[in-house]
Amino acid sequence: MERYRISTLDRLEAEAIHIMREVVAEFENPVMLYSVGKDSSVMVRLAQKAFHPGRIPFPLLHVDTGMKFPEMIEFRDRFCQEIKADLLVHRNEEAIAAGTNPFRDGTVKCCAALKTKALLRALSDGGYDAAFGGARRDEEKSRAKERVFSFRDRHGQWDPKSQRPELWQLYNARISPGESIRVFPLSNWTELDIWHYIHRESIPIVPLYFAVERAVAVQGEQLLPLYGQQLPAEAEIQKVWCRFRTLGCYPCTGAVPSRARSVVEIIEEMMIATKSERTTRVIDHDQDGSMELKKREGYF
Amino acid sequence: MSSISKETEMADGTPAADVHELLRQTEQAELLRFSTAGSVDDGKSTLIGRLLQDCKCIYDDQLAAVHRDSRRLNREEVDLALLTDGLKAEREQGITIDVAYRYFSTPRRRFIVADTPGHEQYTRNMATGASTADLAVVLVDARYGVVVQSKRHAFIASLLGIPHLVVAVNKMDLVDYSQEAYENTCRDFRDFAAKLGIHDITFIPMSALRGDNVVERGTETMPWYDGVTFLHYLENVETSGDRNLVDLRFPVQYVNRPTSGFRGFCGTVASGVVRVGDTVVALPSGRSTRVKSIVTMDGELPYAFPPQAVTLCLEDELDISRGDMLAHAGNVPKVRSSIQAMLVWMGESPMRIGGQYLVKHCTRSVRGVVRSLSYTVSPRDLHRDQKESLELNEIGRVSIDLLTPIPCDSYARNRSTGAFVLIDPLTNGTVAAGTIIEREVKGDEPVAGAPVSAPVSKNITREGTLVSAELRQAALGHLPATIWFTGLSGSGKSTIAQELELQLLQRGVKAFVLDGDNIRHGLNRDLGFSPEQRSENIRRVAEVARLMNDAGLLVITAFISPYEADRNQASEIIGEESFFEVHVDTPLAVCEERDPKGLYAKARAGEIKSFTGISAPYEPPPCPALRLAAADVAVDELVAEVVALLAQRDFISRTS
Repeated sequence: MERYRISTLDRLEAEAIHIMREVVAEFENPVMLYSVGKDSSVMVRLAQKAFHPGRIPFPLLHVDTGMKFPEMIEFRDRFCQEIKADLLVHRNEEAIAAGTNPFRDGTVKCCAALKTKALLRALSDGGYDAAFGGARRDEEKSRAKERVFSFRDRHGQWDPKSQRPELWQLYNARISPGESIRVFPLSNWTELDIWHYIHRESIPIVPLYFAVERAVAVQGEQLLPLYGQQLPAEAEIQKVWCRFRTLGCYPCTGAVPSRARSVVEIIEEMMIATKSERTTRVIDHDQDGSMELKKREGYF
Repeated sequence: MSSISKETEMADGTPAADVHELLRQTEQAELLRFSTAGSVDDGKSTLIGRLLQDCKCIYDDQLAAVHRDSRRLNREEVDLALLTDGLKAEREQGITIDVAYRYFSTPRRRFIVADTPGHEQYTRNMATGASTADLAVVLVDARYGVVVQSKRHAFIASLLGIPHLVVAVNKMDLVDYSQEAYENTCRDFRDFAAKLGIHDITFIPMSALRGDNVVERGTETMPWYDGVTFLHYLENVETSGDRNLVDLRFPVQYVNRPTSGFRGFCGTVASGVVRVGDTVVALPSGRSTRVKSIVTMDGELPYAFPPQAVTLCLEDELDISRGDMLAHAGNVPKVRSSIQAMLVWMGESPMRIGGQYLVKHCTRSVRGVVRSLSYTVSPRDLHRDQKESLELNEIGRVSIDLLTPIPCDSYARNRSTGAFVLIDPLTNGTVAAGTIIEREVKGDEPVAGAPVSAPVSKNITREGTLVSAELRQAALGHLPATIWFTGLSGSGKSTIAQELELQLLQRGVKAFVLDGDNIRHGLNRDLGFSPEQRSENIRRVAEVARLMNDAGLLVITAFISPYEADRNQASEIIGEESFFEVHVDTPLAVCEERDPKGLYAKARAGEIKSFTGISAPYEPPPCPALRLAAADVAVDELVAEVVALLAQRDFISRTS
């Protein structure tokens, strides 16, 4: 029996590969949402594995809010070129030109315009019937209820109360024209699985995940990066050893104090972490059930 | 998650664990998926919350949010259920609506919990959570013992083939940790479970609220309990034997042709082990070839096993596409055009008998028509009912005709190739979950009147064949079927059967008559005419007819077969889709007057005991495929009626 033992990580990898092949076999025009973060990096590696020795048979789509860290953009372009992936970038140029930002408009409106609206526009412009996302169920409570194949109506919206039952590994890919499916191949992965896999597979990630001594604005427990954006009056600029646990838009992504300069050191740090990763994201806790509300509207 | 460091910290008192040790543990940790079902009242969410908290798998900010929300929602105590109930409606109403997945780990194992609601209106969610579980946790409130809900959970666990069951007898603190209350509950549960055929059941008394026997032993409160804690059980239950490593089933998911030189068949090994060099058969075509290589991005593998996702390259260029299945020559699944299954109905609108649905099975979707509903089963007491249709959350046994045959196994033997879902082609919704039942051996119910309903030896398996049903059909020019004549002695069965055989042969149909008297001279010479022996007579005849059907022949039988139950059994053995029951309905008086063999006279004289119609009953079929009023109609006309039926159902061609 020992010969047929399979570790958790290998089971998760096999499940994700199965899901990706199912999508490519069943849909006309799939796309992979590529956020440049660590989960996206893992998802892209799994896609390479699923279709080896061929190329990834769908494009990667990045929704750029214009407020992403410059390091992310640089990494994105280099990485996609190296693995010969088709990269598509979509921006809500209108909202960006209008100067939309979380300080003036609040996080809810800003996300709606620069992320959700931009994403829905990109998906409908491209005529994509399936879109992969790197969300994990352990990230947030409303995500714990999400299907692997998550149905979206003509307006890209999610109805948590009428989700399709999902049994065994039998995914229902049937949709009518205009409707689509969001697919989450990393549903059953945890944050630690992601790091462990990055370590095991030597997957390249944006250097912002590693600690260096950075100048940041310190406001209470929050460490805000400095990219020329408006800062709270009470914030104080200091040089701090820190890193980013998740990567989003710089105005809404705080750093955490850290000295972890390698993947192994990050894992070590996680072993003594007492806060969940999304505490550094301002958008999740602006109202009760806020992620559920965003997801209903079409956010990933 | 921080669980591992904390565990280690508790164990040896050193503040930081070795990261390399953690990496090694994670590399080896096995995954266990378990499902729980229950509502807010029986403490399910509290139990999961307790596990997560005691395993140090809750982050400070998550715990703080629970404290905050408990206050805001006016809960008296900190409500750990708020950790798991993620949807707004659930948090406000204090109920669990949908399946939620939870993740936690210990140094030994990784766990995925499918956390499902427990009320009847959420049966479909329970079934969803149970479908992928290695183990089910049934919660029982010690104050109330085994109630309807606990029975429902156990039934669904058995229906979805979960190999291990834990009965968590919770809220022991509210019965003063009474051993007697606990043992009464165990006994009641065992009585019920005996009907379900779940073999591995473990009982654990606990208080999730206080933490007794969840992670830590409740030695002070329950000194009389000498079993393991809940977590200890979860970490140690042996699951490696649960996978089917015998029957190779490789559903082809995707054909990968990046260059003209490479043609790989991608898929997940559903069961069995495939090795380089193995001879494999592609179904449904029946063509065979050998495995040239097993390709992955991390290098070629010598063999692959479930649930690995790999790419197979084959030695010969066969026409294989998505939906086909590879199996070992000598162990192939049956390719079926009709299936018997248990269905859990999940659609808002009821099942339509005669309605068309998409059957998604492995990597293939085919059209299917629900032909009949044999019965519904109430999960509360396993009571069977005859109903017109299945409604939301109801469970029943159905027969489904498939417009394209599929290679499949019984769910009891194979949880991958025995499972399917039904999709409504109009709404695209997933409306039912199905588990395929092996129709030859009906393990789930006693077969009326059958002395032997399953092989005496447990070591008998079924051999496969290289020839698909389609191939055989194409070679013979017609579909196999069994025309089952039933009626009184002297009703004209044999006469009609022989004439039918002749006319069919003249049309080029390979027909053959199995005659009652002839069979009793040979195969069944050891049988008499008691009800039991009549049943066995019919069973053997049906088995022979089935073999002849499998050989592609059209079989005509002429037996009195007076009992409804026996004919039903024959239909089961032969397969409903190819079984035509024809009642030769000649009045007793006419038969007795004809009395071709002088048997009625002997029966009247008391020389023959148990003679059908005289001293033994005849149960006329309530709805035969055809009823022949045979008293004074010419044989030719009666035969024409049967031929018309076969042509109408496309078993034989419409022109002679």
